[in-house]
Amino acid sequence: MAKVDWPAADKRSLIGKHISRTDGPVKATGAAKYSYDINRPGMLWAKVVTSPHAHAEVVSIDTTAAAAIPGVEAVWHDETLKEVVYVGHIVAAVAARTEEIAQEAIRQVKVQYKVLPHQVVDNNPSLAAGNPAERKAGNVEEALSKADVVVSGEYGIPVITHCCLEAHGEVNEVKGDEMLVWPSTQAVSGYGNQNLAQGGGVAQNKIRVDCQHMGGGFGSKFNFELAPGAKPIAAILSKKTGKPVKLMLDRDLELAIAGNRPSAFAKIKVGASKDGTVTAFDAETWSTGGQGGAFNSGIMPYPLTKVPNVRIIGKRIITNRGGQRAWRAPNHPQACLLTMSALADTAAQLKMDELEFFLHNAALTDRPEVYREELRIAADMLGYKAKAHLRGDPKAGAGPVKRGIGIAIHTWGGLGHNSECDVTISGDGSVEAKIGTQDLGVGTRTCIAQVVGETLGLSLDGVKVEIGKNSPYPPSNGSGGSTTIGGISVSSRKAATDALNALLAVVAPKMGVAADALEAAEGKIRQIEKPHVAMSWNEACALLGKEQITKRGVNVPAESRTAKLIDANVGGVQMADVSVDIETGVVTLNEMVAVQDCGLIVNMKLCESQVYGALIMGVAYGLYEECIYDAKTGRMVNADMEFYRLAGLKDVGKLKVHLMTGPAYESRGIIGIGEPPAISPGAALSNAVANACGVRVPNLPLTPDRVIAALQKGGIA
Amino acid sequence: MTDNNVTSGVSRRGFLKGLGVGTVATGLIPSVAPETEAAEQRPALRGPGEIPITLKINGQNRQLNVEPRVTLLDALRNRLDLTGAKKVCDRGTCGACTVMVDGQPVYSCSMLAVEAEGRMITTVEGLGTPTQMTAVQKAFVKHDAQQCGFCTPGFVMACTAFLSSHPNPTLEEARAGLGGNLCRCGTYAGIMEAVLEAAKKGGA
Ligand code: FES
Ligand code: FES
Repeated sequence: MAKVDWPAADKRSLIGKHISRTDGPVKATGAAKYSYDINRPGMLWAKVVTSPHAHAEVVSIDTTAAAAIPGVEAVWHDETLKEVVYVGHIVAAVAARTEEIAQEAIRQVKVQYKVLPHQVVDNNPSLAAGNPAERKAGNVEEALSKADVVVSGEYGIPVITHCCLEAHGEVNEVKGDEMLVWPSTQAVSGYGNQNLAQGGGVAQNKIRVDCQHMGGGFGSKFNFELAPGAKPIAAILSKKTGKPVKLMLDRDLELAIAGNRPSAFAKIKVGASKDGTVTAFDAETWSTGGQGGAFNSGIMPYPLTKVPNVRIIGKRIITNRGGQRAWRAPNHPQACLLTMSALADTAAQLKMDELEFFLHNAALTDRPEVYREELRIAADMLGYKAKAHLRGDPKAGAGPVKRGIGIAIHTWGGLGHNSECDVTISGDGSVEAKIGTQDLGVGTRTCIAQVVGETLGLSLDGVKVEIGKNSPYPPSNGSGGSTTIGGISVSSRKAATDALNALLAVVAPKMGVAADALEAAEGKIRQIEKPHVAMSWNEACALLGKEQITKRGVNVPAESRTAKLIDANVGGVQMADVSVDIETGVVTLNEMVAVQDCGLIVNMKLCESQVYGALIMGVAYGLYEECIYDAKTGRMVNADMEFYRLAGLKDVGKLKVHLMTGPAYESRGIIGIGEPPAISPGAALSNAVANACGVRVPNLPLTPDRVIAALQKGGIA
Repeated sequence: MTDNNVTSGVSRRGFLKGLGVGTVATGLIPSVAPETEAAEQRPALRGPGEIPITLKINGQNRQLNVEPRVTLLDALRNRLDLTGAKKVCDRGTCGACTVMVDGQPVYSCSMLAVEAEGRMITTVEGLGTPTQMTAVQKAFVKHDAQQCGFCTPGFVMACTAFLSSHPNPTLEEARAGLGGNLCRCGTYAGIMEAVLEAAKKGGA
């Protein structure tokens, strides 16, 4: 009987290898159809009407002029909406024959508002509402009073947005009692929820979701809502018109309303002993997530879970801004920036080398040995010893350009999620794996093909993978929390193993041995003891005749964890080497290294891509990204891609990635990778800038104006 | 009909060039002729309302009806179902919509369809196919220069055009030459490797 356990390193033919993504060619040639690319016969274009006010009562909505425009086929407005609470709040929508007509028509929808006072400021704790969250351990006041050194600081990280290159939206086609929907989503099996069904007037089990390719989600695309809480507008308009409707957000709305990562600001006091041991951590934090939830600071001091004396007070500021959504490793990048800044400032005050300080305090984390090993590897990769210096040391550089190194460490869960998979083996030797999962860019299809191919002893092309659809495809959870590769690898491994065992039972009598004595490898079914006694895969499958074998594999996360197929909790270390021009305030990233553990790696190439991508995303939010709001008008003033700046090719410097491998890591099973490496970059950059120019630039992003202001305050420029 | 006839006399879509804050598209030509040219010859007004035009795309003449305000990108995507070029920023910042016009890379969101009449348009669909990729496309796959892949067709076009004018680029030239395209998933490490390898193999 073939077993479900992962094969040992010397037995792996596909798992763990550098393999190109199987859907690379369709993407590189433009043949891949994303939701935005779906054009249905007779399709209408929809656009939304949004509030120009940050806070207002909706007095009346008059859609007659819009409806009268030739080519406009339907106008909808939200009758339940009495109040708008941010600029960009959706109030109405139109569907028209062309995108241009729809664009014109939304300008003709007349909405009367009674403007109300608004509030968009989030960096002032006195604006907080409600009871703050509180977490306490030990006695922080006493510990601070006894500490050899107490270091105080204020730090912050603004609201940023996902800026998925493919906007939020879908093509929706209500056809009789059925709804066909092509969404850009990170949750195909869960997308067709009750609200969507109601919008299109169909039963929930009549929703057919199809998302073969999607252009980025990062936590913001779990459902049909264009903005948190929005109505199923495309479905409503399709139901009204009886025609397919495409509704994708325009870029300005995509940036302003489709998802926001809550800001996080903090006043922090760290108590430490002379040898650098952190003994106390006292923080007051404040944050906004718009009207919704805010940053959860309860995970601080991050990831130093064993600091004995802790007080964390978390305040929430309600603002008239777009609502928050999960953003790659929710809460962690903020907690990391705030904690790592305070810790590096403590090391600087103690005149202690930052690497020594982190090596020493690794004892206060849940994974001391992992962090120590990773810190040493990262230091070697960066040439730390030769470059490092204490903050304010002349070694930073004699001229106006100062150089420095910063360190940050992080952790994440990443336990594989609930997932089911069907694997079918047919008499002609073909193999098909079906899962109601999605590919956000991780390479889900490729990983499924690898696992099934490995299990059946086939090459990658021997396995056809079907994903991107909901029921009747076996259900698989949404891609959040770095849970997908763990989930789909186990469900596909189990399905393939069961299917193989059923095949071996058919083949065994023909080969005159017990099924137990057979294995699948190198395109053959062969005897384990006498590998030269073999039957080709196709010959073996031909014994099935017209029959097919279909087996369903189910990942039950807790059981799979016990069986060491998957696991949770990883550690990662990042170091940044930057140059800061103290005359202009410009920060240049010279080099950045990431060392990451993630258990058993399914595809080395794709896994490395995730880490590189996370670093680059981190460089962007560390150096450039911020949703800038104007307090007076309540508007996001940089809702475009010129002023909401992402990192470009020239901005990222030299990047190096090292993934931890070897039996100690691999024996844990698969652990998710998408999120953890996106956590540390901002903190590592901030610490590097502080190390270079001798003062802390308290708030991200590290833009020239912030750098100059910090230098002036520090008396340096 | 000459170029001048079609490029002038239409109300231009007010698009902004990069204001120096975003990455600068050094490899790109301005997609609109200077205003002075338009002033010299004033042909008959076309539009408003849809007008028939012919676009030469990937070697084929395609006839379609568009309003003069329709961008080349929207004409390709919405009228001709050529969806390889993507709409992301829709204002000349990100490069996802890059196509070639007369051999030069152009942000198709920032050119009107009527302006492209009589010119040679190449879209990503006119390069390789999944089973017959160009050197650039192969290098993108090999070096995993794509994650979600939404930026990829634009990068492939920009890269193809860049290599035809810079067959042996240095790393710095490549970074600058492709600086007019953005990727959110962060595939730049793979893209740099892909460009350099494709250059060695003789570009497109
Ligand atoms: S869509 Fe044309 S440059 Fe961004
Ligand atoms: S691969 Fe996703 S935006 Fe570039």
